[in-house]
Amino acid sequence: MSTILITIIGLALINRVSTGILSAKETASITEANSAIKDAQRVITATDTGASSLTITSIVDTAVNALADRAGQSGLYDVLFLTSPELSSFGFPERGTNLVAVTSVSEELKSQVKNSSNLLWSYTQINYLDGRSVPGLIIGAPIEIRNFGTYLLFLLFPLQQEEETINIIQSSVLATGIFLVIGLLILVWYLTKSVLSPVRKTANAAERLRLGLLNERVPVSGEDDLAKLAGSFNSMAASIQEQITQLEQMSRMQRRFVSDVSHELRTPLTTVRMAADVLYEARDQYKGETARAAELLSTQIERFEILLSQLLEISRFDAGAAELTLRKTNIKQLIEKTADSLANLLTSQETPVVITGDAPEIDLDTRRVERILRNLISNASEYGQGHPIEIEIGSDDEAIAVVVKDKGPGLKPGESSLVFNRFWRADPARNRKTGGTGLGLAIALEDARLHSGWLDAWGSPGVGSMFRLTLPKVAHKSVTKSPLAIGVGEEISLELDKNLNIDLVHQGKSSD
Amino acid sequence: MARVLVVDDDQALSEMLGIVLRAEGYEPSFCDDGAKAFSTFKESKPDLVLLDLMLPGLDGIEVCKQIRNESVVPIVMLTARGDTLDVVQGLESGADDYIIKPFKPKELIARIKARLRKEDYKSETLTLGDLNIDVLGHSVKRNGKTIILTPLEFDLLVALARKPWQVYTREQLLTEVWHYRNPADTRLVNVHVQRLRAKVEEDPENPKIVMTVRGVGYKAGP
Repeated sequence: MSTILITIIGLALINRVSTGILSAKETASITEANSAIKDAQRVITATDTGASSLTITSIVDTAVNALADRAGQSGLYDVLFLTSPELSSFGFPERGTNLVAVTSVSEELKSQVKNSSNLLWSYTQINYLDGRSVPGLIIGAPIEIRNFGTYLLFLLFPLQQEEETINIIQSSVLATGIFLVIGLLILVWYLTKSVLSPVRKTANAAERLRLGLLNERVPVSGEDDLAKLAGSFNSMAASIQEQITQLEQMSRMQRRFVSDVSHELRTPLTTVRMAADVLYEARDQYKGETARAAELLSTQIERFEILLSQLLEISRFDAGAAELTLRKTNIKQLIEKTADSLANLLTSQETPVVITGDAPEIDLDTRRVERILRNLISNASEYGQGHPIEIEIGSDDEAIAVVVKDKGPGLKPGESSLVFNRFWRADPARNRKTGGTGLGLAIALEDARLHSGWLDAWGSPGVGSMFRLTLPKVAHKSVTKSPLAIGVGEEISLELDKNLNIDLVHQGKSSD
Repeated sequence: MARVLVVDDDQALSEMLGIVLRAEGYEPSFCDDGAKAFSTFKESKPDLVLLDLMLPGLDGIEVCKQIRNESVVPIVMLTARGDTLDVVQGLESGADDYIIKPFKPKELIARIKARLRKEDYKSETLTLGDLNIDVLGHSVKRNGKTIILTPLEFDLLVALARKPWQVYTREQLLTEVWHYRNPADTRLVNVHVQRLRAKVEEDPENPKIVMTVRGVGYKAGP
C-alpha cells in the first residue's frame, strides 16, 4: 500500500519536474529562435539588396554562418537550412551546422513549416552524421529568399542536459522511493513486533495457564496499553491461582476429613463389633426380644462396617491414593472364581450363571476386577428375578470386555447414566432388604477407571439390564472401543431407541 | 494358658479385647502407653503381643523394634490403615502378622491361634546349602553357629527347605505358613522373606538359600 503511494508520488514528482524543466527550456528556446529567425531573415534580406549578383549558395552560407555565430561555440542549438520541398528539384544548396543530419526533420514537419507563417516547434530526436542521436526541440520557420523561393530554417535545440537533469532527478526520486519503502517496511516490522510480541506472549501464557501452570505470568514493561494488558492478565492469573489453590486446599481438607473420620471410626467400631459378637454368640441366653436385638445389632454393625470400608475406598480414590497391583489373569477363570464365591447368594436367589466366550490373559489388578465382577454379578442376581445371568467375554487387539446381562425389570431411560452415582438408588422408596450400600457401582467404576478402562450400563424396561466392563489389554493404555456391544441386537436397539428413548451412556471414559 | 499382651491406648477396645481373649481361654495383660510397652512386656513375658500402631508415648513401630531386638515372640499388629506404609513398616520392624480394624473376634482369635500354634514337627534334620536345620529342636545352625529365627521365620524356612524342588507361590506360603484361609496380602510374604534372608543369607543381596522365582514366588536354593 505504502509502496504504491510512494510510487505514485514519485511519478508525479518526476513528471512535474521534467515538465517544468522542459517548458522553461521551451520558452527560452522559442524566444531565442524568434530573434534568431528574424536575424536570419534580416541577414538574407540585407545580402539580397546589397548585391544582386550573389549566388544562392553564398546567401545560404551567410545566413547559416550568422546563425552559427549567434548560437556560438556552446552549441546552444544547431541549424538546418533546408530547401522547401518544391525547390528540392533545383539542386539548391542545403546547409547544416555541427554535422547535424537532414533526417532530423521529418517531411511532414517540413511541409507544415512551409505552409505556416509562424514558428512551429516539436520534440524530436536530433540525428547527427557521426551517428549520435539526442532528444531535442526543433523549431522551424519559412524564410523567403527573393528570386529563389522559400527556404526552411530549422533550429535544433538539443535537450541532452535537460534529459540528464531529469534522469538524475528520476534516479534520485527512485532511490528515495526505494529507501522510503525499505524504511517503511522496517518500521512496520518493528512496530508489529513490538505490538504483537507482547500479545503473543500473553496468548502463550494464557495457553499455559489453561494447561494448569498456574504460576505463569507475563513480563510487564513500559506503561502503554500492552503493559496494561499484561498487568490485567497477571492479576487475573493471580486471582485464578488463588481461587484454585483455595479450592484444592478445601478439597484436600475435605478428603482428608473423610479419610480421618473413616479411620477414627474404626477403633470404636472394632469395640462395638466385638461387643455385638459377644452378645450375638450369647443370644440364646436372652429372652425373645433381647435376643432379636442382639441379632439386629450384629447384622447392622456388619452393614455399617461394609459402608465404612466402601466409604474409605472411595476416599482413597478421591485422594488419588489408589494403586494397581497388576498380575497376569485369565478373566474367565476370575469370573468363575467370583461366581463360586457368590455361590451362597446365587443359590438362594436360584439364579444360574451362564458364561460364554473367553479372552487371553491380561495384566490386571485381580482384587479390584474381582470386586467389580462380584458387584455386577450380585446386582444381576438381585434384580434378575431368578432368570439366568448371562456373562459374555470378548476381546480384540486392544481390549477385553465382559458383559453381564440380567433379565430383570431393566433400567429405565435415563437411569443408565445414574447407576454409577454414589448412593444412587433405582427407587428411593425401595425396601433395602436386599442390602447394598449404594457405593458398589461407584467403586466398581473407579476400579475400572484405574485400569484406564470403563464401565457402562444399558437397560430397557421389561427387557433387562446390561453392564459392560471394558479393560485395556495393556494396562493404562486407553482404548476407545469396546470389543463387545452393549444393548440388545442392533435392529431391536434401533427401534427401541426411537420408541423407548433408550439411552446408552458411557460412564467413566476418562477423557484425559 | 497362653499369655497375650495387649498394647493399645483405647480403653474400651482393650477391655473388649480382654473379654474376648479371656472367653477364648487366654490370659491377657494390658499396656496403654508406648513408652511403657517394653517394660510391661519384660514383666509379663507374654506368648504373643497384640500391638496397636498408633500409640501415645512411643510409636508402635518403635515398640515393635524394641521387642524384636530381645525376643522372637509373635507380634500381631492392630492397624486402622491397611493400605498405607504403616503395614509394611510394621512388618519390616518385626511384626509377624497384622489385622485391620474393624475385625471380627473370630478373625482375631484365628490369627492368634495361627501364631501360637506349634507346628507338629517330628524329629528331623534338614540341610539347605550350608545351613543345618534341626526341625524339632527349632534351631538353625551355620558351621555350628546358631542363627536365631522367630517361629514364623523358622516355619517359613522349614516349609521351603522340606521341598527344595518346589516353587511356592506367595499365596501358597500364606496358606501354609500364616494359615490364612483366603490369602490376601502378599506383602506379608515379601517382607518376611527379606527378614529371613537378612538372617540366613551370607549376602542378602545375592541370596543362595531363599531364591526368588520371577513371576511365580520363592523356592529353596540353590
